[in-house]
Amino acid sequence: MEAELIYIGLAAVFGIFMAWGIGANDVANAMATSVGSKALTIRQAILAAAVFEFLGAVLAGGAVTATIRTGIVDAGLFADTPELLVYGMLASWLAAGTWLLIASKNGWPVSTTHSIVGAIVGFAAVGIGIDAVQWGQVGTIIISWVVSPLTAGLIAFLIYESVQRLILRQDDPLDKAKRFVPYYIFLAAFTTTLVTLLKGLSHVGLEISVANSYFLAVAIAAAIAIVGALAIRRIQPDPKLEKKQHFYTVERVFGVLMIVTACSMAFAHGSNDVANAIGPLAAVISVAQTGMVDSKSTIPAWVLMVGGSGIVIGLATFGRHVIATVGEKITQLTPSRGFAAELAAASTIVIASGTGMPISTTHTLVGAVLGVGLARGIDAIDLRVVGRILVSWVVTVPAGALLSILFFFVLKNVLP
Amino acid sequence: MVNVLASLFGASPVQPLEKHIDIAYQSSKLLIPFFEAVIAGDWTKATEIRERIVAYENEADDLKKQIRLGLPKSLFMPVPREDLLELLLVQDKIANRAKDVSGLVLGRKMQIPAVMAEDFMGFIRRTVDAAKQARKSVRELDELYATGFRGAEVNLVTNLIEELDRIETETDELQIRVRASLFAVESTLDPVNVVFLYRVIELTGEIGDMAERVGRRLELLLS
Repeated sequence: MEAELIYIGLAAVFGIFMAWGIGANDVANAMATSVGSKALTIRQAILAAAVFEFLGAVLAGGAVTATIRTGIVDAGLFADTPELLVYGMLASWLAAGTWLLIASKNGWPVSTTHSIVGAIVGFAAVGIGIDAVQWGQVGTIIISWVVSPLTAGLIAFLIYESVQRLILRQDDPLDKAKRFVPYYIFLAAFTTTLVTLLKGLSHVGLEISVANSYFLAVAIAAAIAIVGALAIRRIQPDPKLEKKQHFYTVERVFGVLMIVTACSMAFAHGSNDVANAIGPLAAVISVAQTGMVDSKSTIPAWVLMVGGSGIVIGLATFGRHVIATVGEKITQLTPSRGFAAELAAASTIVIASGTGMPISTTHTLVGAVLGVGLARGIDAIDLRVVGRILVSWVVTVPAGALLSILFFFVLKNVLP
Repeated sequence: MVNVLASLFGASPVQPLEKHIDIAYQSSKLLIPFFEAVIAGDWTKATEIRERIVAYENEADDLKKQIRLGLPKSLFMPVPREDLLELLLVQDKIANRAKDVSGLVLGRKMQIPAVMAEDFMGFIRRTVDAAKQARKSVRELDELYATGFRGAEVNLVTNLIEELDRIETETDELQIRVRASLFAVESTLDPVNVVFLYRVIELTGEIGDMAERVGRRLELLLS
């Protein structure tokens, strides 16, 4: 029993630390545009991010966590030696953490998700045996890494094209913005809510029928859109600033929309990335408590909450600084462009979360930004970064795997 | 910690280009008080204004270099990099010519014959108008980027460029008039001075030409 407590303790510490890292660095991607464009103050952004990251993690993080916990390794093979799974999960974390540290020291755009998945595959394939890996599932996950940025890019392209056609290229962009932006708000709120209701909530034990889910999603989205429309109605043009920048007031209208998409993005991020921090924890706990690997039991809600809290703590301690720095650098992402990227990325990510696919939220957002760029929406995109991301894809999985194999054998000999 | 999203964005050339045309316009605008001082024979004032023109020209040069450095080949932009660099080059020449013409006049302490002074100042003012209209057109760049170079904004810029062309045509006509009035009195003047007066008229005319070429370059971005 003592050993089990050590495992759970270690796992909880690792998990919170990982979640803290995610909160400190990655949440900025969701909120920085809103702060950079002054749609939100930094204080409001942190508050909104904390609330929606937590909600995303707890309400919609279950499916991806389940995948990390039992979808990659074949749990059945551990029936006789459950402690090996515990070593493996701990090793995977150490491996992912180490790799992320090395990568961030060198400025490589490495994904947390890719590192964790690579690490789990690594310890399972070498430490246990090639058959321990559910290769079919791993293949699907890897395909989803390619598909998710492409999908986000395509959606972002279409959204921004529609914004240009319906609003920006018209003779009266402000009137058109005031008329159409509430519909975009509805779309953003509807997508996030619907996917969560349909796919996410079953993991926290709430079952809502499909018809009711649609009805509820429409109701919630409509309510948010109406609040948004009221806020938009109060925006008055500022002739002095308009003269310098015709789209000044139009962008302020989009600023309202951007608050909604930033919240969706934070929610989506929480729903997918919380698994990186607590997926292994969930696995360790179920082994330690029952002495065996049970892929059927649901993940305890408190585990998701631990992950969510870790992210919020990371956000509160370092997030402010990162949001401010990133916000300054991405001013090209004005609200009209930023919302298109965020809405596309958030929709793609929540759908991935709903189907249990652990994807890279950052790379998905990058794909979305490129989509806006293809719609001639962004002044200058540095393609070298895109190249570096592609290289990091190829390198990260083997690196995570090698490191976790190393840690696995060390832990196996050191731990009781 | 390097944030991927932050490093994805290259330096936007839009605001710097708008700033650059503003500096170029400011330097050309100073030609009005400069020639007024020259005609009044106030060389201390002319020297002082010329220094300000040179300062603007230097500032424009620095900014030009900075913009070029900020536009590596790896950038993905809605318009070709070459077109932007060409636009920048033409903008820069407005400031260059303002410096050249004021330098020439000051260096030779040139007198503008009284009979042609009025026509000459009219010519200078209209040339500065052309530079101002060029600035107004380039200032629409950020809006053009936002709309993806299509729609109502394109019509707006096209109209601005048409107006720029009209102003430039006027400066051409004024230039012919100034030449004619110089021709009428040239036999009474020192021949060397006359040669350089034609050169001053020519250089000033080039400012109008450059302003017009700014319009042409912008038009290329629209197509």
